[in-house]
Amino acid sequence: MEEKGAIVELRNLCKSYRRGGQILPVLRDITLDIREGDFMALMGPSGSGKSTLLNLIAGLDQPDSGVIHVAGVDITTLSEGELAEWRALNVGFIFQFYNLIPVLTAFENVELPLILTDLSKRERREHAATALKLVKLEDRMDHYPGQLSGGQQQRVAIARAMVTDPTILVADEPTGDLDRTSAEEVLTLMERLSREAGKTIIMVTHDPRAARKARSMRYLEKGVLASAPEISFSQCA
Amino acid sequence: MLLRLVFRNVLRHKLRTALTLCGICVAILSFGLLRTVISAWYAGVEASSANRLITRNAISLIFPLPLSYLERIRGVEGVKTVSYGNWFGGIYIEEKNFFANFAVEPRTYLELYSEYLLPEDQKQAFLRDRRACIVGRKLAKRFDWTVGDLITLRGTIFPGNWEFVLRGIYSGRDHRVDESQFFFHWDYLNETLKKTEPLRADQVGIYILNVANPEHAAETGARVDRVFKNSYAETLTETEKSFQLGFVALTEAILLVIQLVSFVVIVIIMAVAANSMSMSVRERLGEYAVFKTLGFGGAYLGMLILGESLLMAVVGGTGGVLLTFPAARVFLNYLGDYFPIFLVTRQTVIFQGLAALAVGVAAAALPTWRAVRVPIIQALGRIG
Repeated sequence: MEEKGAIVELRNLCKSYRRGGQILPVLRDITLDIREGDFMALMGPSGSGKSTLLNLIAGLDQPDSGVIHVAGVDITTLSEGELAEWRALNVGFIFQFYNLIPVLTAFENVELPLILTDLSKRERREHAATALKLVKLEDRMDHYPGQLSGGQQQRVAIARAMVTDPTILVADEPTGDLDRTSAEEVLTLMERLSREAGKTIIMVTHDPRAARKARSMRYLEKGVLASAPEISFSQCA
Repeated sequence: MLLRLVFRNVLRHKLRTALTLCGICVAILSFGLLRTVISAWYAGVEASSANRLITRNAISLIFPLPLSYLERIRGVEGVKTVSYGNWFGGIYIEEKNFFANFAVEPRTYLELYSEYLLPEDQKQAFLRDRRACIVGRKLAKRFDWTVGDLITLRGTIFPGNWEFVLRGIYSGRDHRVDESQFFFHWDYLNETLKKTEPLRADQVGIYILNVANPEHAAETGARVDRVFKNSYAETLTETEKSFQLGFVALTEAILLVIQLVSFVVIVIIMAVAANSMSMSVRERLGEYAVFKTLGFGGAYLGMLILGESLLMAVVGGTGGVLLTFPAARVFLNYLGDYFPIFLVTRQTVIFQGLAALAVGVAAAALPTWRAVRVPIIQALGRIG
């Protein structure tokens, strides 16, 4: 496979939370490059900062210090409104508990992010139908989330995440709530997306089986990255 | 998609939605009925004519004016026709059968009050017979009276049993005309008084003046009062509307309380609807966070929540408005003696609509602010 450049560049990223008057550092001086088309698993024990790092890369939260470049855009300089627009165009989200809108059908859930694009209604419907076909749920498009199994709901969530053809896909424990068979289906689907569609996927997981499906793996412990050649350590300012 | 989401969200908790809708409906209905009571209070004022002036004793309405003033008032510049009358205060069988009854000079009175429509034959029969009376359509229906019936009133201000023959039943030219009144010949009252209480004879409660030009009504009234300045019974002449407002002013405190209660009802339902919306939004904070994650802004969330709140307010409010009409009819059946005109006006319906919209907007305000302000990761519970 042709080696591509970094699509996500993190430089000296620090993040802490305030709890009950105490400041708890969660990420300490993270510097990391993620190549375009990579399928990266982010592992580590609970509270190690994996989800926080994923939130920062996805533009859901802002770091205390450091820089995040995604496809050449420094997202740490964007306002809340700009960040929302940026997310709509550049990031696809896959959550542990699927987070589908229960009052919308599978088809409507997939169509939802397309409302923010300039596509016509007919184009939106075509895109949503194609995305559902890709996850092999075209026969369930009129079903509500409550009428689908966990694995099927996660596949709908994957279709929703990729329907806008985002720059990166972020997945937070995508198999955490699934049985083994469903988890395998979801991971195979993500692997296909990475391999065939060239999607850059960053996946937080506890599951070594899930991590094995990824092309690369990074390990976080107490807010720092460990055992990876690209990682550099320096002190946070 | 927005409308679809709004409709489906409304139906998510059917019991909660039904109870909230029921609450809004009852509140708007109550608001409408209370506003209608206030309108009914002002019915006499609304039915007043700009062409008519009322002349009464300047000290108080309870003091009469001499009949001798009649010709002098007629002679005042700007006065076209003059009629007169007395509040009779008679009781039909028992006190609970209350209705307004007046002794009037019939020919001029009917000329002045052309809004009372009386068939010509009945009018002539009324004018011919000194013991005749006419009643409004509603009053006749209430006591099942027909033309030719003998009606006895027990006098309170003018003691004794007074017998009348019903010669006509009038109906109003429009819905604002009171059809529950009783009129008889002033001469019948006066001639009886001459025999029984001569000191009270030839005394008039009020004079009713028809002015040639309503624009000069105030001027004409002042001219009338100037005629009787420094006499033993000075007059106060005012427009019929001011005269009626004077009666309303006597019960101002009650009106104020009714108005206050009508607004309190709306404030209470605002709190109930806001609580219902807050519960819904609190349960869906995670979903709103997903919307924000996908790139939807605060405006979209605002429309989603406001739309849901407004939809409930509009449905509940419409129910309330529609129920006001039959409820007003029921109300009229029971309290028609006190409110002869009890109509739901267009203004009341507009107020009800505005109140429902205010409930919808107010109920959505705080939950919207909360949903927009909450950080995505906090709503998703993704810290760690």
